[in-house]
Amino acid sequence: MSLDISFIGVLIGSIMASSVPLILAASGELITERSGVLNLGVEGMMIIGAISGFALMVITDNLFIAIIGSMLSGVVISLIFGFLTQSLLTNHVATGLALTIFGIGLSAMLGKNFVGIPGKDFPILFSSLRESIPFFGPILFGHSIVLYFAFALPFLTNYFLKKTKLGLVVRAVGDSPVSASNQGINVILVRYCCILYGGGMCGLAGAYLSLIYTPQWIENMTAGRGWIALALVVFATWSPIKVLIGAIIFGGISILQLHMQAVGFRIPVQFLIALPYLMTIIVLVVISRDSRKIKLNTPTSLGRIFYKEK
Amino acid sequence: MEDLLIKIEKRNDVPTTLYFFTPFIAIILTIIGGGIIFYTLGFNPIEALKFYFITPISNLYGFSELLLKATPLCLIAIGLSFCFKSNNWNIGAEGQLTFGAIVGGGVALLFYNQEGFYILPLIIIAGAIGGMIFALIPAILKTYFNTNEILVSLMLVYVSKLILDYLVVGPWSNPEGFNFPETRQFSDSARMPLLFEGLRIHAGIFIALAAVFVSWFVLYKTYLGFQIKVSGLSLKTAKYAGFKGKTMILIVFMISGACAGMAGVGEITGPIGQLHRMISPDYGFTAIIVAFLGRLNPFGIIFASLVVSLTYLGAETTQIFLQIPQYTGQVFQGMILFFLLASDYLLFFKIKFQNFNKNELRH
Repeated sequence: MSLDISFIGVLIGSIMASSVPLILAASGELITERSGVLNLGVEGMMIIGAISGFALMVITDNLFIAIIGSMLSGVVISLIFGFLTQSLLTNHVATGLALTIFGIGLSAMLGKNFVGIPGKDFPILFSSLRESIPFFGPILFGHSIVLYFAFALPFLTNYFLKKTKLGLVVRAVGDSPVSASNQGINVILVRYCCILYGGGMCGLAGAYLSLIYTPQWIENMTAGRGWIALALVVFATWSPIKVLIGAIIFGGISILQLHMQAVGFRIPVQFLIALPYLMTIIVLVVISRDSRKIKLNTPTSLGRIFYKEK
Repeated sequence: MEDLLIKIEKRNDVPTTLYFFTPFIAIILTIIGGGIIFYTLGFNPIEALKFYFITPISNLYGFSELLLKATPLCLIAIGLSFCFKSNNWNIGAEGQLTFGAIVGGGVALLFYNQEGFYILPLIIIAGAIGGMIFALIPAILKTYFNTNEILVSLMLVYVSKLILDYLVVGPWSNPEGFNFPETRQFSDSARMPLLFEGLRIHAGIFIALAAVFVSWFVLYKTYLGFQIKVSGLSLKTAKYAGFKGKTMILIVFMISGACAGMAGVGEITGPIGQLHRMISPDYGFTAIIVAFLGRLNPFGIIFASLVVSLTYLGAETTQIFLQIPQYTGQVFQGMILFFLLASDYLLFFKIKFQNFNKNELRH
């Protein structure tokens, strides 16, 4: 393997690209979870976003509509989850699993006629700078707008949660829905909004895969990234900035794994792929034994049903 | 809110008949929902539904396939019912199934060139132990480190699938297999006996049925079952009554893991006959639907496993007859769970249609 400086630049650029769907989905899920809702349907919402984005691109030939449409489809599919868990008070875990199973099935049915259609080139920004600047060029430039948005998102999310009044409301609802409700906050409404936002971001994450990362439609193309995004939120201990760091680590592992295969490295590939899951379990154990650490960011009422007697 | 014509009231106790009736509502709604989806895809909904629900079981072979796929679903769901009843969210049955199949398969490979009546029982026990060990990981982390079992058991699914992948590609791959990602074929003694000539239904169904009766006995006739149910209803009561919470968590996870492990063994020693990457079409996840649809009741789970098994078969026949991707099964499975969870609302809340004026007169 040639380890010259420009190769490392390209490598970092590709790691960034592979971490984008994780950042988007995990940032969305983070807001949902901070409001006290555990949505295990990330994979399902992503795959629905992927097929709707691709289908809209083929039908309308307009990438902007495709991107917006994928987010809307994520919102619509998460509305099922929101309605069931918030209005009909169903169990979050079961409903989320149903959403994933349903989403994977539905996307394959909808995508039946889109298999094998080639994708379109997604416009990339600053492509001339990418070539002209060594090392930093491939890292900073020549990416799609979605990548830049994804890398800004954790900071925006952090600002939203820590500095805005609405962010405080979301955290209050997640930590103590009863007190929040007594303060006159409409807990159900806040949770609905957070679920729908999470759905939108997962939809976008899916569209990134089918429109930008590997521009085509393949059945089940999210390939477990939704579960990794879910792990990522826990790995990041519900902190948006750590989501970014974690996404780069997890994305990096997936890219390194490809390169190691190519050079015949002796570590089993499967071990590398399993690493994000193992790391998440270790982080979970570490934060869970120390009650102070887990209280720092963990939404206290995560996954619990809130019901207000009318 | 007296001016509302519809009033929603919390029920004090759930009527048993309604509790076991809502799964049927869910199934009917799923069939209707499926018809609508087929219609929007441009098929005649009645005909498509007939292909989906009737054609697969219209002959003896189809019926045997129904039982074949219902066997692992039923077995896993029985195990899960212990966890769910006691409020332990083990959603990693797929991982426990895979690990059970790895351990059981390992034993089968040890005896690949031998015959003997003792081989199959050894494999089944090994599979049960494998599933048990894998289920103990989230259980121990939950009891001693206060770790969330939902996330740990879920993460471990992928870990066990990757272990299987590593083994069938690497150290366990068939030396005469031209580098295909699969192990040697198991010997005849390592295979589940077939029940009928020409059909794939095998003796594993007896393990599932035994599990049904044992679980019924344990849950409804023993002190352990009583503890499990009380902890599920109220953890505080269970603590007050002095039940050993930690031991119980470990026990329910071990039962659940053992069942999933045996289901995995049933697959590899039954229809498959070796280890490869695809030993289960997500039976471990689908069994969660089965457990819910069967209302965590052993006999309800038998019925539910047949219904969900039919969604797998229906997906296969519609793929053949209508060229719809096989993933249709998941659409139906997801819908069943959606509608079931939604209809649970009727259990916990009464919807009263009332007339404001009449009520006023009565008071």
